[in-house]
Amino acid sequence: MTSWLAKEWPWYVAGPLIGLFVPALLLLGNKVFGISGSLSHLCAAIAPAKLEYFRYDWRRAGLWNLVFLAGVCGGGYLAAHFGGVQGIAISAETRSALARLGIHDFSGVAPHELFTWHALLTVRGFVSIVVGGFLVGFGTAYAAGCTSGHAISGLANFQLPSLIAVLGFFAGGLAATYFILPFVIGGL
Amino acid sequence: MTQATLAQFKGCGAEGEGSREVRPIFLPIYFALGIAFGFVLTRSEVLSWFRIQEMFRFQSFRMYGIIGSAVVTAAISLAFIKRLGLKSASGEVIAIAPKPLGSGIQYAAGGTIFGLGWALTGACPGPLFALIGNGISVMLVAVVSALAGTWLYGWLRPRLPH
Repeated sequence: MTSWLAKEWPWYVAGPLIGLFVPALLLLGNKVFGISGSLSHLCAAIAPAKLEYFRYDWRRAGLWNLVFLAGVCGGGYLAAHFGGVQGIAISAETRSALARLGIHDFSGVAPHELFTWHALLTVRGFVSIVVGGFLVGFGTAYAAGCTSGHAISGLANFQLPSLIAVLGFFAGGLAATYFILPFVIGGL
Repeated sequence: MTQATLAQFKGCGAEGEGSREVRPIFLPIYFALGIAFGFVLTRSEVLSWFRIQEMFRFQSFRMYGIIGSAVVTAAISLAFIKRLGLKSASGEVIAIAPKPLGSGIQYAAGGTIFGLGWALTGACPGPLFALIGNGISVMLVAVVSALAGTWLYGWLRPRLPH
């Protein structure tokens, strides 16, 4: 009966569930669903360095968000240990396109060729983990939001800034997929 | 300390956050919602680098279906909340502070930079944390790097076009 909890969910189940976090957080505490703000709350907590951007009471503004994020970590752990993830069933075209780039291990959530401690010491692992992570942190702060804040909360509220940001997400993502990844994964 | 207002959060990393501090009694509920979100991120597979690649290569409808139906669900819920003028459990009138458009450069440039990172790591901020929970511990390094990126933005902010 609970086997559906342990398997991949179809898009029409997963999408509406994700969307429901917007009203849930608003109804609970008038909070806007968004994750990337937590990165600046963590900076404000750890190393504000007298910068104006980090000069605020991070507990008052963002403790809820950090607690939510700790839960996200826990939810990932729970899902991984309750059924687990047995490889991602991506389309055959994607599989062969990635194989041409040199990705051959499709057994995990993320390719083992790029996302292990060992891979961190390779150029392609370093770019994927460190450079990619850095751009995520810089870009979401600059754009004042990420997928949750702009693509979901912002678009659902018909905000023009969010539409511009989402178009940017795709411009950047396509550029990285077609012009950077082939060199990073395939070439080195 | 006096009640912080939205204006006090202007121009800093907490812009757009609600004005009131969350009472401690509510924190376990946020934690539980976080657990649910981490679970959904894993089962929907949106935290997977493979799914993100599939999306940016336009080789499956899945990610578009997920994001699209999430937006529609959120928009319908929001319309109901506004129409009924609902209050939150914490006692506030529910309102989303609009983001200032300005020249729009920050959204275009910041969005593009984030997009580059999204495709490279295969994860946006929520999934980064869910992946750590999934046992991909090296994503801790990606989180630290993301914090460095956010910090650098805080430092460069006065010199960047918005």
